Amino acid sequence: MPEVKMTVNGKPASGQIEGRTLLVEFLRETLGLTGTHVGCDTSQCGACVVHVDGKAVKSCTMFAAEAEGAEIKTIEGMAEPDGTLHPIQQAFQDHHGLQCGFCTPGMVMSASALLAENPTPTEAEVRDYLEGNLCRCTGYHNIVKAILAASGQDVSRIAAE
Amino acid sequence: MYAFDIERPATIADAIAALGTEEAQALGGGQTLIPTLKQRLASPAKLVCLSAIKEMQGICTADDGALCIGGGTTHAAVAAGAGAYPALAALAAHIGDPAVRNRGTIGGSLANNDPSACYPAAVLGSGATVITSNRSIAADDYFQGMFTTALEDGEIITEVRFPVPEKASYQKFEQPASRFALVGVFVAKYAGSVRVAVTGASEEGVFRWAEAEAALSGNFAPEALEGLSLSGDGMISDLHGSGAYRAHLVGVMARRAVAAAH
Repeated sequence: MPEVKMTVNGKPASGQIEGRTLLVEFLRETLGLTGTHVGCDTSQCGACVVHVDGKAVKSCTMFAAEAEGAEIKTIEGMAEPDGTLHPIQQAFQDHHGLQCGFCTPGMVMSASALLAENPTPTEAEVRDYLEGNLCRCTGYHNIVKAILAASGQDVSRIAAE
Repeated sequence: MYAFDIERPATIADAIAALGTEEAQALGGGQTLIPTLKQRLASPAKLVCLSAIKEMQGICTADDGALCIGGGTTHAAVAAGAGAYPALAALAAHIGDPAVRNRGTIGGSLANNDPSACYPAAVLGSGATVITSNRSIAADDYFQGMFTTALEDGEIITEVRFPVPEKASYQKFEQPASRFALVGVFVAKYAGSVRVAVTGASEEGVFRWAEAEAALSGNFAPEALEGLSLSGDGMISDLHGSGAYRAHLVGVMARRAVAAAH
């Protein structure tokens, strides 16, 4: 069984894998980082989004072997070591951007990738970027609001839904 | 998924060597192949990942002005880096979703030749050249029907060369659930000729609409397409739309593409 080595949330990580081991399986089952969720397992829902070398990727649709040498960031790497939430996470809490929370790790990682690319997106750009992230609690309005707020924009005039 | 070995070569030569064994399969970005493997619709003995091959990534301009895109270049990289061919960059920017665009590659899409994929329309509509590990294939010879191409076993797409048109546009009518093209039309105007390629519609996969090309060569305006129509025979017919509906949409999307071309 081959070994794979990568950096996960700034720390070296390695483990034995099979050829068919998905990145999300390596993160959850080998490393115990269960914050990254598996929703659909068919690359539709985006609950498994992580960053690979800074880019948002669906970790259920990438093999662990392909992450050899890569820098991976998961939801566990977002908050400060002392527990202070990342501004995007804080905005999700402040603006009720989650209900059941299942989609939230993927939403936060996608939002973070969006803001790295486009620091002050419009509402339409946020909605467009979240095309591959599904929320079944129908929380999109407040998710979009939270991301706009995290980008430093005034959301006081956007009605709560 | 059934078990398989996985290799990650760093050069085209090593990839070709790895693909030389029986039941080996190339893996591009995996955005189609990995779901296919999960459904056990494919069972290779070995996967050869192309994502670590640096010489297959990137975008440049050839001496003759053609835009050259490495076969392993992601949709996101094309969207960001193909500014010399704006219609192509816009097409890449609307494939799937952002996370899919960060993994999926132009070579992988063309090798798969899904009848509803976007890239085949751009390649056929531009008269591009598909360059593989051992030859160059003209777009008109490359696409050979649904999920069928001129590629042979062990042959991989290393580069695609697009002649840059004077004007072009790709317009797709998205299937509202999957966001694949229910019908997509790519129109490109070159000096002296116009090409019109249609994806999503035909049971034979991407095709050129010769009548529209002839009409637009004389007058590159949406009105030139008035009165032209395609038969619904041989068009894909499923729960998302009948063959006749798709045939009608081809005309609508072609007129929109001509109107939007710049």
